Amino acid sequence: MALLDSRIPPGPLAEKWRRHQTAIKLVNPANKRKYEIIVVGAGLAGASAAATLAELGYKVKSFVFHDSPRRAHSIAAQGGINAAKNYQNDGDSVYRLFYDTIKGGDYRSREANTYRLAEVSVNIIDQCVAQGVPFAREYGGLLANRSFGGAQVSRTFYARGQTGQQLLLGAYSALSRQVAAGAVQLFTHSEMLDLVVVGGHAKGIVVRNLETGELTRHAADAVILATGGYGNVFNLSTYARGSNATAIWRAYRRGACFANPCYTQIHPTCIPVTGDYQSKLTLMSESLRNDGRIWVPKQAGDRRKDPNSVPEADRDYYLERMYPAFGNLCPRDIASRAAKRVCDEGRGVGESGLGVYLDFSEAIARLGESGVRERYGNLFDIYHEITDENAYRVPMRIFPAVHYTMGGLWVDYNLMSNLPGLFVLGEANFSDHGANRLGASALMQGLADGYFVVPYTIGDYLATQKPGSRPAPDAAEFRQAEDNVRGLTDRLLSVGGREPVSHFHKRLGHILWEHCGMARNRAGLEKALREIPALREEFWSNLSVPGSGASLNQSLERAGRVADFLELGELLCRDALVREESCGGHFREEHAYPDGEGMRDDANLAHVAAWEYQGEGKAPLRNVEPLAYEFVKMSVRNYK
Amino acid sequence: MKNISVTLRVWRQAGPGQAGRFVDYPAKDLNPAMSFLEMLDVVNDELTVKGGEPIAFAHDCREGICGTCSLVIDGKPHGPRRGVASCQTYMRSFADGAVITVEPYRLRSFPVIKDLVTDRSAFDKIQQAGGFITVRTGSAPEANAIPVPKDAAELAMDAAQCIGCGACAAACKNASAMLFVAARVAHLGLLPQGQAERDRRVLAMVETADGLGFGSCTNQYECSAACPKLISHDFIARLNRDYLKASFRAAFKTEPLRASGE
Repeated sequence: MALLDSRIPPGPLAEKWRRHQTAIKLVNPANKRKYEIIVVGAGLAGASAAATLAELGYKVKSFVFHDSPRRAHSIAAQGGINAAKNYQNDGDSVYRLFYDTIKGGDYRSREANTYRLAEVSVNIIDQCVAQGVPFAREYGGLLANRSFGGAQVSRTFYARGQTGQQLLLGAYSALSRQVAAGAVQLFTHSEMLDLVVVGGHAKGIVVRNLETGELTRHAADAVILATGGYGNVFNLSTYARGSNATAIWRAYRRGACFANPCYTQIHPTCIPVTGDYQSKLTLMSESLRNDGRIWVPKQAGDRRKDPNSVPEADRDYYLERMYPAFGNLCPRDIASRAAKRVCDEGRGVGESGLGVYLDFSEAIARLGESGVRERYGNLFDIYHEITDENAYRVPMRIFPAVHYTMGGLWVDYNLMSNLPGLFVLGEANFSDHGANRLGASALMQGLADGYFVVPYTIGDYLATQKPGSRPAPDAAEFRQAEDNVRGLTDRLLSVGGREPVSHFHKRLGHILWEHCGMARNRAGLEKALREIPALREEFWSNLSVPGSGASLNQSLERAGRVADFLELGELLCRDALVREESCGGHFREEHAYPDGEGMRDDANLAHVAAWEYQGEGKAPLRNVEPLAYEFVKMSVRNYK
Repeated sequence: MKNISVTLRVWRQAGPGQAGRFVDYPAKDLNPAMSFLEMLDVVNDELTVKGGEPIAFAHDCREGICGTCSLVIDGKPHGPRRGVASCQTYMRSFADGAVITVEPYRLRSFPVIKDLVTDRSAFDKIQQAGGFITVRTGSAPEANAIPVPKDAAELAMDAAQCIGCGACAAACKNASAMLFVAARVAHLGLLPQGQAERDRRVLAMVETADGLGFGSCTNQYECSAACPKLISHDFIARLNRDYLKASFRAAFKTEPLRASGE
């Protein structure tokens, strides 16, 4: 059984991080260059960590499966990044940001982690501005803010609808500077396919060069995974096509605990699905909910084609009606489920009936078309490109889609997994968002972890490792890991079946969306737990992967990732089945109040479930880390 | 809209430095709401089922922001539509029965890796040469300490939108990377935070681009026409001005006394 010590420092909430920083061990500057750190992934968390660690003097190796670190999917985040700057004088504070985040997470995250996140949020904005991130400005030249779901203050910083892009390019530029200085060695088109554990510590990785197929072993004093979330387990999502769980899944198979896999976020405002060929769902930023009003017809079966012809009296602005205090700005999980409910009632719009309107006519009357264009122009352009519809004239049609995963590898307050030496940052870990993430908080967490947390906390581990003590890459454990990867690659290439990998990915996605999506119940989850292993068996007997392993082979890459999803999907359902409550993104139909809101079970389930791998074909072990709330009272979330 | 059928004429090349050739593939019964890349997915799945090898093409976010996709469709980088990337090109842009040529970027600085995938690491090298503001994590001043005029921030953002896809260089008859370099130089040069390294940045980035084999700009603006983010060639004029000034200053620069620095 894994030892889950969260290592939350004692003391008052607001003092914990500062005290911890002064209490943990340091590595002296001359010794830093003797340590090598592997960073896998170069999104916000990975790039910021790699750049900062290199700056501190560590030797860093950065691995990305993309052709350039600038391609990581952080780049697609649209709306913004939260920070408790209180520039708007609307009463914001570190405590309020902390409180909103922990409440938004439905009281399923750690108080200390979430508070630290809010605390360092202010430093992030300073850092990014200094790097030249062109945030939106007011006429006086000071930074502008917008509001976002789940908050009653305006604390979101943004760069048009491309905030993630600009923040990532900031981190990428810092990383590029370190590459030029020789402090970071960059490996592009290089996919981590196994974690090497030596004497119980993470000490290296095995990597496949995606262009040549060559496998290489890399030893280090510590390994950082910043490889993003696992939402593509659903096949259709707002993730990039390449986003995958392989790095964290293979670490899980090497002993790292996987926490709360069932906490997945379905984003309420995405462009609806049009056909079976679809490869991707496109998000329309939540910031649109600041000015757009969401509605469906009052009458089920009202299929008038032209929404502008539906009079006000026949429209139901259901979020404003159900949640008058937050209205269209209620948290994502709540908005998504409400959309599902009205569509289930037969009031959905569009050809499929799986959609609701997001209407800007009122905003256009108030701000003028140019005012709306200035705020959201690029989003309206994206919408137009995809749907061929002009949202300045007719309301957008939107529907929820898989967008983020709050679950991930278990980490302690230092962001270290239960495997010593393995650190996990950003979406790949589970730590800060509980059961639901608020908008504009993912960017905040990625950069907090990379710029301001791990650079300190990794020293606490490295100081316990003698300089120069890392194993050589020809140690037995490395050879074994490489053999393992080679075996898996050969196995994928030699199944010799008939179906392309996309076939299995789609079917897995259908099972999960149907039974483990926005609403879950026992019977459905049990069904999914029967169907997924059967599908996995079929995958290993009827998969077709053309080509060889000795060159660029995109089918092979995807097959390896889908093989992992076929295992992870099962764990996701298992976790959802055991969690007999509704909280945040995890909604169990059996556990709801009469008005349809989710019902938590704080007496029995106020804990983190950290799953531990027990070997092929064996049921994983469910470890528990209790969540102690010392400073905030767990209460029923109320956005009414 | 009714479904359409097209013929794809695709560049197939097994590996770097190998000979390639065009191969025709039918793509039938396509929903016009399908993206170009989704159409390639379908063609690839059919190829796989028939025992062929799928067409390698670069893609990731499929929402026009990561800059991975890089198809030359009917001779145009990113295809027929202005201001959109390959991944946001939809089949409704093509006529029923059309023959569509699909090629990789063709320039020496972006060699082909396989089929339609090219190696654009040269762009990373240009960024590494100076596309940054030197600031140590943790030592940044308060974000509102230096006001940035709204117009400067907006113009900087226009330039900063570059997705690094390489279409500008691929569209240029000189294979010039000038729009890419200009976008970065302008973005950082327009902001007060970027002033300290302004001269060094422009000189280093231009020199590096030259060294990597990218050509010179002869002001025909194929680059901005092909740019999926519609980044203006006006930034190239700005780059030239910056470059000239920086070159002058570098030529007449007084070296600081060695004893005080290095």
